[in-house]
Amino acid sequence: MKGRHTFVLAVTTLVIFSGYAALFIAPDEKTMHEIQRIFYYHVPSAISAFIAFFVVFIGSAAFLVTRDEKWDILAVSAAEVGVACSSIVLITGPIWARPVWGIWWTWDARLTSTFVLWLLYISYLILRGLLEDPRRRASLSAIFGIFAFLDVPLVYLSNRLWRTQHPQPVVLGGQNSGLAPGMGQVLLICFVAIACVMIVVLMDRYQLGRLARECEQLRYEVESRTMDSQSASRGAR
Amino acid sequence: MTTARAASILLAKELRLEFRTRELLNSTIIFALVVIVLFSFAFNPTAEDSRRYGPGLLWIAFLFAGSLMLNPSFAREQANETLDALRMAPISSFAILLGKMLANFVFLSLSELILVPAFSVFYNVSLSGITGRLILVLVLGTMGLVITGTVFSAVSAHARMRELLLPLLLLPILAPQLIAAVEATASLLTEQPALDRTWVAFLAGFDIVFLTAAWLLCDYLVEE
Amino acid sequence: MANSSTQLGITFDRVEKRFGALLALRGISLEIHAGEFVALLGHNGAGKTTLLRIAALLMNPSAGRVSFSGCSEDPIAAKQLIGMVGHSTLLYDELSAAENLHLFAHLYGLDDVSARVQSALTSCGLASRAGSLVRTYSRGMRQRLAIARALLHGPRLLLLDEPAAGLDRQGLAWFGATLARLRDDGCTVLMSTHARNESLELATRAVSITAGRVEHDSGPAGDPRPLLDALRAEA
Repeated sequence: MKGRHTFVLAVTTLVIFSGYAALFIAPDEKTMHEIQRIFYYHVPSAISAFIAFFVVFIGSAAFLVTRDEKWDILAVSAAEVGVACSSIVLITGPIWARPVWGIWWTWDARLTSTFVLWLLYISYLILRGLLEDPRRRASLSAIFGIFAFLDVPLVYLSNRLWRTQHPQPVVLGGQNSGLAPGMGQVLLICFVAIACVMIVVLMDRYQLGRLARECEQLRYEVESRTMDSQSASRGAR
Repeated sequence: MTTARAASILLAKELRLEFRTRELLNSTIIFALVVIVLFSFAFNPTAEDSRRYGPGLLWIAFLFAGSLMLNPSFAREQANETLDALRMAPISSFAILLGKMLANFVFLSLSELILVPAFSVFYNVSLSGITGRLILVLVLGTMGLVITGTVFSAVSAHARMRELLLPLLLLPILAPQLIAAVEATASLLTEQPALDRTWVAFLAGFDIVFLTAAWLLCDYLVEE
Repeated sequence: MANSSTQLGITFDRVEKRFGALLALRGISLEIHAGEFVALLGHNGAGKTTLLRIAALLMNPSAGRVSFSGCSEDPIAAKQLIGMVGHSTLLYDELSAAENLHLFAHLYGLDDVSARVQSALTSCGLASRAGSLVRTYSRGMRQRLAIARALLHGPRLLLLDEPAAGLDRQGLAWFGATLARLRDDGCTVLMSTHARNESLELATRAVSITAGRVEHDSGPAGDPRPLLDALRAEA
């Protein structure tokens, strides 16, 4: 417990520092000036979402192989965290696009891909909600989780290929934009900060999932013992 | 008994069942036609517009019709628990899955056989000279739809609200396939039709990736 | 294809099965030798159906294992030799009786399919209605066809879950005669029932299951009659 508190404290400090860095230390961008600073949260969130979805894949595959429920809990926790990170990307994108391009949405490769992935993993969570039997829920959502992650590179690739044929306004840090030296370092700091926040949230959600599962097991135990004693007393009569 | 032989026996069974009732085929074709007609009200196509919107319209019609058609696929086996009978037989679980995939592929292809000419008539798009290449694109795209769709129909067969769930699971996964199929079709419907190799390779790659995944995961899909 | 000399035995080793809150089987250990005719007794919900489904390799136990003697470890080889009559008919309603049997004959890799199907239909008395869809059959006829389907590939281990349910008098007679013939042939039978049933006369062993555990077992060499009589007394 104490380790976790220290870690959270460290992460909080890092987040505050990264905010300061993004706002004040990073160099001013030539054309877009202040609004460009959203970049320091937009891009790291996208990368963190991708990492989270990779964890869903690992959890799903590990569950199918080992049948140990903790992997299933890891998968659903990572899916929720990934959806949260993707939501940040989808919100910061328009916030940037509106002042710069005058439109709320651009169908650029990264934003579109993130939108598809967001939908994909929301579907994963909806699927879980609609499957009632816990064992089946874990196996079937693991299968979907694996398919979903296999789709991720295909989504990015297809969007990138499509964009080269139908050029769209680019949101923040496309292929052609260069990074001034100061920017790269601030980006790294922000990425580490966001990744750490993601890890903290993931670990907490995972713990929560484990505890919920344990409660469920205990409830089953009690129920089956009650059923046992009921049938025993019926038998004795 | 090899997987291929078992799958072909199951395919024959599916075909026999479907051609006796024809419920799936009829509904799928009519639904796709409805989508095509509705689009014409929404977009008021001229010949030039048809070339631009046509491919997207066609593939969206297939996607919607296909995802509605795929549900009954595994639901049919729940009636007298015939899926148990198949699982008890000395055949691999991939044979069961493959039999369903092949059947779905046949049904969807039959629908396309009617819909593509209908589309070319309603939207004044000429298909001469590109038929062979168009068939290639249609086959690869349909395979992607059928492979993922059959897997997800097995996944959603046990869930509540499965009629709504299947399209919800399927459409995001198929987004790359849709992009590729539409672009490949569009490049065939231009003034100078050409087969876009990149997109065709993408379609094939998509099919290979998900067929392999289905093969590796089939035991978990079919088990109780 | 199994010949009559193949003998199949089945062993349950500390088999458990959990469905969420419910622990359906709590450590069943049972060794059934080839050729035994075991009557599986117990109330509804005792776990008989679950045990049979695990034996049919339709589901895996949550703990413990099932093994077969007389055939290889490969589950597909075992499935070739197992036949099951369950709660559902396992038949396609929109196919005819003949088409259903043809399908399963092909799936089990049998040769001379037409002749086998014809003889199976004649034996269970459905030859005259062979071309009608199963949808049009009465309950008794469907049950007869379900049994014929299970026996089609000459299984050496027969798993029966309330097989007589729904059979009419003619069907019962046919079923009893068939079972007797199979037992004499050395087929291993595991039949679950919770009510009085004439086929129980054929049993060589009785095992009663209560709340997922084996309560009484007359054993491979013992006399099943006391347990069977107790069952009759309840009915």
